[in-house]
Amino acid sequence: MSVLKVRGLWAGYTELDILQDVSMQVKAGQIVSIIGPNGAGKSTLLKAVFGMLKPKKGRVVLKNEDITGRQPNKVARKGISYVPQVNNVFPSLTIQENLEMGAFIRTDDFSGRMDEIYSLFPVLKEKRKQKAGQLSGGQRQMVAMGRALMLNPVLLLLDEPSAGLAPLLVSMIFEKIRQINQTGVSIAIVEQNAREALKMSDYGYVLAMGRNVLDGSGESLLNNEEVARLYLGG
Amino acid sequence: MVELVVYGVVLGSVIALGAIGITLVYGIVRLANFAHGEFMTAGAYLALLVVTVVLPWLGVPDGTFGPLSFGVRMLVAFPLCMGVVAGMAVLIDRLLYRKLRLKNSGPVILAMASLGISFIIRMLILIIWGADYRFYRPGVLRPAMDLPLGIKIRPDQVFIIATVLVLVVLLHLFLQKTRMGKAMRATADNTELALISGIDTEAIVMWTWGIGGGLAAAAGILYGIDVQLHPGMGWNFLIPLFAAAILGGIGNMYGALVGGLVIGIAEQVSTAWLTPTYKLAVAFMIMILILFVRPQGIFGERSR
Amino acid sequence: MELGGVIAYIVSLVIMASIYAVFCLGLNIQWGYTGLFNIGIAGFFCIGAYTSAMVTMPMPGGVLAKYVHQLFGLNLPFVFGLLGAALVCGLVALIIGVPTLRLNEDYLAIATLGIAETFRLIFNNERWLANGPQGLMGLPQPLHKLIGERHYDFVYLGIVLAVMLLIYLLIERGIRSPWGRVLRAIREDEISAAASGKNVFRFKMQSLVFGSMVMGVGGALYAHYTKAISPDVFTPLYGTFIIWVMLMAGGSGNNKGAILGAYAIWGIWIGSDFLMDMLPAVIRDKGPYLRFLVVGVLLEVILVYRPQGILGEEKKVSKLMDS
Repeated sequence: MSVLKVRGLWAGYTELDILQDVSMQVKAGQIVSIIGPNGAGKSTLLKAVFGMLKPKKGRVVLKNEDITGRQPNKVARKGISYVPQVNNVFPSLTIQENLEMGAFIRTDDFSGRMDEIYSLFPVLKEKRKQKAGQLSGGQRQMVAMGRALMLNPVLLLLDEPSAGLAPLLVSMIFEKIRQINQTGVSIAIVEQNAREALKMSDYGYVLAMGRNVLDGSGESLLNNEEVARLYLGG
Repeated sequence: MVELVVYGVVLGSVIALGAIGITLVYGIVRLANFAHGEFMTAGAYLALLVVTVVLPWLGVPDGTFGPLSFGVRMLVAFPLCMGVVAGMAVLIDRLLYRKLRLKNSGPVILAMASLGISFIIRMLILIIWGADYRFYRPGVLRPAMDLPLGIKIRPDQVFIIATVLVLVVLLHLFLQKTRMGKAMRATADNTELALISGIDTEAIVMWTWGIGGGLAAAAGILYGIDVQLHPGMGWNFLIPLFAAAILGGIGNMYGALVGGLVIGIAEQVSTAWLTPTYKLAVAFMIMILILFVRPQGIFGERSR
Repeated sequence: MELGGVIAYIVSLVIMASIYAVFCLGLNIQWGYTGLFNIGIAGFFCIGAYTSAMVTMPMPGGVLAKYVHQLFGLNLPFVFGLLGAALVCGLVALIIGVPTLRLNEDYLAIATLGIAETFRLIFNNERWLANGPQGLMGLPQPLHKLIGERHYDFVYLGIVLAVMLLIYLLIERGIRSPWGRVLRAIREDEISAAASGKNVFRFKMQSLVFGSMVMGVGGALYAHYTKAISPDVFTPLYGTFIIWVMLMAGGSGNNKGAILGAYAIWGIWIGSDFLMDMLPAVIRDKGPYLRFLVVGVLLEVILVYRPQGILGEEKKVSKLMDS
């Protein structure tokens, strides 16, 4: 069962198209990685899926619903959550308030969900009255993901979650991502750290110059010589 | 000198109320609202209409509360006019600024539009009420009370300070404790993330205009109670309002409060050496000084 | 109304419109080409007018000295009045530019507003500067002794048109130069312009200063036309707002648009005056307010529906580049 289907997407911020005829798919329960060189359009792909920019051609289908080009705050209600690479917390709000904002559009009691998030990220619970802007990089990333998870999404879009983190924290973050996936959340992750990402992925897409180059299971891409040479240097 | 400082606090609290509105709107809507002074004027004049025309026509009695210069009529008019101006601010946003936002017009176009609004409002007031000075209660003697520490203050002025305090506390509680208040702070922090989280940022914008407009109206009415009404009153507040907001750190509500008090006191104290007409210039000088020395303001952080 | 009177009236209209055109040209450098938001035009208007007045008039002597106070009176010819106005305005622009140009455009706006209001207060309160609220009268007019009163306005019209044309040509030259291209690049995308190594601050400052100098000349032309100036002439409405409407209506980023906008809006302004005369007295009394209200609404309509103005931005900017 496919949670997300992207077909023949063309998108860009100006007349220039960054994405050219890109397609990809996330099946239920999968972790799917999107890797490739800088400027390949990986982040742009996530943004186009989430409605941050309107695609010019192509389709984005969530479960069975066409959500192509729909506004972000509408898409969020449909079960996708998006964690941007930078500026992904509310710095002057406390951790607790950040999570509350994540749940803003929920009309039910979400304290149970908040407890779940805290048990996933225990260090956030003890610091929950601290302002998010004062946290370290790793803790901020956790708040960013926690905020996105408050809505119980079926699909989580992560844009370079390990960016700027020390290697120890990188493993920690990836471990958390695995845990999140195990609770049933499908994940699409854009990563510069291709090796680590592919290791935990069910499937992977390689993007370059805004186009699909290659795709395959995480394992097959890891073992692929071309991929290893070009993209797994790190 | 003590008298000057005391009156500076009174003036400063009025400025603070207006500056809070300016800083809220700037932080969330990203618009330097040059019509904010005119919101003050509009509030004051609408209250004049209600107190001198509408309520008497409805048969609401006149009278004053003890030593204060106003009575039940003003008590009704005050929140009513705050609400009307709040609604007006929201309407102007829907009809004008929102259209410009959807077209991705830059911040200068938005500010220019607000300049146009300020002239439109002022012309309307001049057309309806003319250019003369007005009073809520003409010809009343308002003697000062003698308080300890050599403080002389009029009962009206105590009311002004108290009202501003109450409004500020209410706003603080709103922003810190309520869901909508937190959403407003979140949107001011990071508008894009608020949108990503599913928050209806357009609704937040409307709330911001409502609160900003309402506070400005309150400031105008309070000033009118203390001094007088004239069509240019709001325009003359524009520089002190912006100076206070910049001094406190643009986008920071508590900074605007402190900034307002500082500007008010500075303006009053300056009258010991300069003619009172220069108060505006004093506010301007302080603003230029802050831009030289610490452009992010007292409470601001370096570069957003 | 006899023909002579009509012609004289039209001449006076064109003089005023042309003076405003000069202001629009100055504003166009700042806003149209560089994206600077100057809402204190009235301040430069005021400073230019007063500077030119005091440069060209003598110090009051004899009986007059008791009633008229001036800071200085150089009694120099008209040309020096224009130059002095430009210089002083340029200096003031330099001073406010330093703290504000590194910050975003809203700060410049508030600073220019503050300058305008502050200078109006100073000129109004400090009698020793320029005679306070009474202002200065009897400003000299160039070539007046030669021509005499009867046909003088035609001569002044010629002078104003000549100055306007000269400024227009100078600006057009400047805009097509590499300097002008950088200005445009800054307005379009400041970050890229800075990234390509241009000293953005310096260019913005130059634009602010040159634009203000042109406005100073406009103020001087006005002063010598009306022969009398006082602080209450330089209001935010007549001295700032109407100029913005003129430029936005004519076409910002386009010098021809600047001139067109000045003539068009001034024409509408005068025309609305005639219209008011035909309406019943109760509306006529509120005449100026109604007319400014309409002008304000006009600006909003332009901003929403046609922000590029009638002519829009000039497309072909250099013989070497197309569009």
